[in-house]
Amino acid sequence: MLSASRTFLRSTAAPTLRAQRRHATSVAAFNGQKNAKGNYIVSMIEGDGIGIEISKAVKEIYAAAKVPIEWEDCDVTPSLINGRTTIPEPAVKSINKNLVALKGPLATPVGKGHQSMNLTLRRTFNLFANVRPCKSVVGYKTPYDDVNTILIRENTEGEYSGIEHTVVPGVVQSIKLITREASERVLKYAFEHARSINKDRVLVVHKASIMKKSDGLFVDTAKEVAKLYPDIKVEFELIDNTCLKMVTDPAPYEDVVMVMPNLYGDILSDLSSGLIGGLGLTPSANMGDHVSIFEAVHGSAPDIAGKGLANPTALLLSSVMMLRHMGLDSYGSKIEKAVFDTIASGTANRTRDLKGSASTSHFAQEVIKRLA
Amino acid sequence: MLRSAVKTLRAPVSVVQSRTLTSGAFAPKKYGSRYTVSLIPGDGIGAEITDSVKTIFKAEAVPVDFEQVDVTGVSNATEAYHEAVRSINRNKVALKGILYTPVENAGHASFNVALRRELDIFASLVLIKNIPGVQTRHTGIDMALIRENTEGEYSGIESSPVDGVVESFKIVTQAKSERIAKFAFDFALKNNRKRVTAIHKANIMKQADGLFRSTIKSVGESYPSIEYNDMIVDNASMQAVSNPQQFDVLVMPNLYGTILSNIGAGLVGGPGLVPGCNIGTEHAVFEPGCRHVGLDIEGKHLANPTAMILSSAMMLRHLGLDGHADRISKATYDVIASGSTRTKDLGGNATTEEFTKAVLGRLETL
Repeated sequence: MLSASRTFLRSTAAPTLRAQRRHATSVAAFNGQKNAKGNYIVSMIEGDGIGIEISKAVKEIYAAAKVPIEWEDCDVTPSLINGRTTIPEPAVKSINKNLVALKGPLATPVGKGHQSMNLTLRRTFNLFANVRPCKSVVGYKTPYDDVNTILIRENTEGEYSGIEHTVVPGVVQSIKLITREASERVLKYAFEHARSINKDRVLVVHKASIMKKSDGLFVDTAKEVAKLYPDIKVEFELIDNTCLKMVTDPAPYEDVVMVMPNLYGDILSDLSSGLIGGLGLTPSANMGDHVSIFEAVHGSAPDIAGKGLANPTALLLSSVMMLRHMGLDSYGSKIEKAVFDTIASGTANRTRDLKGSASTSHFAQEVIKRLA
Repeated sequence: MLRSAVKTLRAPVSVVQSRTLTSGAFAPKKYGSRYTVSLIPGDGIGAEITDSVKTIFKAEAVPVDFEQVDVTGVSNATEAYHEAVRSINRNKVALKGILYTPVENAGHASFNVALRRELDIFASLVLIKNIPGVQTRHTGIDMALIRENTEGEYSGIESSPVDGVVESFKIVTQAKSERIAKFAFDFALKNNRKRVTAIHKANIMKQADGLFRSTIKSVGESYPSIEYNDMIVDNASMQAVSNPQQFDVLVMPNLYGTILSNIGAGLVGGPGLVPGCNIGTEHAVFEPGCRHVGLDIEGKHLANPTAMILSSAMMLRHLGLDGHADRISKATYDVIASGSTRTKDLGGNATTEEFTKAVLGRLETL
C-alpha cells in the first residue's frame, strides 16, 4: 500500500506542477488553434429529433454575437463494426482535428445491438470527466430556488464497465470496475476545476461503507490526490447523505465541487436538474485530455421534433461552457446573460417546457435582442 | 398509512403470520398474552429513540417484553451481533435502530447488511408520506418504496486482481427478483394501490438490471388489477424531486433503494419521520426507513423519535395489536400536527424526551 501510494505520487507530480502554472482546466486543457480568418473550428453534432432545431438556434445566436467560431457539421450515425458501435471516420477525424465539439441529443438505435451513443462517444474520445453545473433559473419557479451546484462524474468505468455475464440461467453478475488510474484522473480534474472557479472544497461522494474495496479505492485515491492540492480541502460524504441533504436543502452545496463514480454522478446530476426544472435547463461537458465534447443531455424528443417548440437552453448553456473552455469567456458570459434574461423576461419569451408560449425561433430572436 | 401498510405485512408472503396463529415455527414468540420482541437499539441516536418507544409501551401497558441486545458497529466486536441474530431467530420479531458501519477499508462489513442477509429478511419497506404539520417543498406525496435487501450491489463480493484495479460484483438473481416482485405486487393489491413501478438501470446494465426489470414485469402479469411500469433510476430521482406525487409503489434493487429512500426522506421532512421494516420468510425487523445512525447528535437528546415510534406501531400491527398501534401512531401524528413540541429537525427545540412526554400527554386524552 505504501509503495503503491509512493509510485502514485511520483507519477502525478510532473503534470500537476505544470498544471499549477496555468489557469482554468489544465487537466483536459484546450489546445486548439485559430484558422487564417482568426476563427476556431468547432465540430457540430446536431443530433436527432429536436437536435436540428436547437442547433439552428445556437448557430443563429452565435452569428449574431459574432463569436469567432466556424461550425463543421458532423454526422455520427453509428454503424456496427465487428460488433462494436462505431462512429463514422469523418466525424472522428473532424473532432480529433478541432479538439472540441458541440452535440445535440442523439437517439440510440433500439434493437440492433447498439451501445448507447453517449457511451460510444465517451469511449471513442476517452472523455473521462462529465461536468454538470446546475443553477436555479431566475424566472422559472420550482420548489427549489437556491440551487447552484457543480458535479463531476467519472465517465469511463464503474457501473458502466459493460462487463456482465450470466453465471447460470437466472443468475447475473455485473461488474463495477474501479481503477486507480481513472479515479486519479477524474479526481485531479475535480481539484483543478475547483481551483479554476475559486472554490476551496472538493466533496467526494461514495458508498465505501458497503463497497469497501471499489469505492474504497476511489476514496483512498482522493486522499492521495488531495495532498497535491494543499489549498483545497477534501471532504467525503456517503451517497445516502448527499441525496438526503441535497433534497432537504441544496444551498450548502454551492460551496463545493462534487466528484464521484459514474452511477452516483448519473443519478445526482439528474436529481440536481430535477431541482431546477429538468434537463432542458442544464448544460454538460465531457472532458478528455485531448478532446472535449459539450452536450445537451436531454432526449431527442421525437414527439415534438420539427414543430419548432423545443427549448435550446441546455445546448446554449453547454456551448457557453465550451466557450469558457476555449478561453472565449467574454462571448460565453454575454450569451449566458442573454439566455437567462430572456427566460426571466416572461412566459411570452419562454418555450412550452417552461410553461411559456414561445417557439424555438422566437426564443432565439429574443436572446439575440438581449446580446449586449 | 401504517395501518394499510401493515395489512400487507401480515401476509405479503404466506409464511408471515398474523395474530391468529400462536404456534408454529414462524409465529412471533408469545407467552400467555405477551409477546417477546428482540430490541436492538443500535448506535448513535438508537438508545434515545428506542427509550422513547419503551417509555410509551410501558405507559400504554403494551403486552410486549423486549429482549434487549446491545450491538454496536463502532467496534469490531461480533459476539453481541451473533447474540442479536440468535435473539431474533428465537423471537421472529425485532425492533432495531441502525448500526454504524465504518467506511475504512479495513473496517468490518456492515452488521445491518449481514443481519438482513443472515436472517434472509429480503424485503425492505419504506413509507414516504407527507405528515400534517411538517412543512415541506412538495405536498401530496404518498409512496411506498420496496427494496431488495439481500443481493445487488450489496453482495459484498469484491476483488482486486492487480494493484489499483478493483472489481465489485453486483449479483441479480431471478429467484430473488421474483420474490421481491411478488412482495411488491401483493403489497399493492392489499393496500389498494394502483401501480407498481420498477426502478432500474437496464439501459446500461442490460443483463443484471435487465433481469430484474423483466422479472418484475412478468410477475406483474399475474396481477391484472395493478398497473405496471418502469423507470430508469436517474430519471426516477429527477422525477422524485420535481413531480413526486406521480409515484405509488416502487420496487428496486438494493442500491437504488438507498438512494430513493434518502431522496424520499428529504422530501417529507427527514429521516426522523420515516418508518420502515424488513420482512423475510420467517422474521420481521422494524427499523427507521431511512437508515441514518446519527452519530453526530448521539446523546444530545436532539433526535426525533417519530420514525422509531411509527416503526414500532408497524410492529404492533404485525403482532395483531392494532388497538395499541392506532393509539400510539395517532398520538404521535397529533403531537406533530399541533406543532407545540418539535424536535430540532423540524425547527423546534424540544428534546427527544420532551417529545415523548408530549406523546404520552396526548395518549392520556385519547
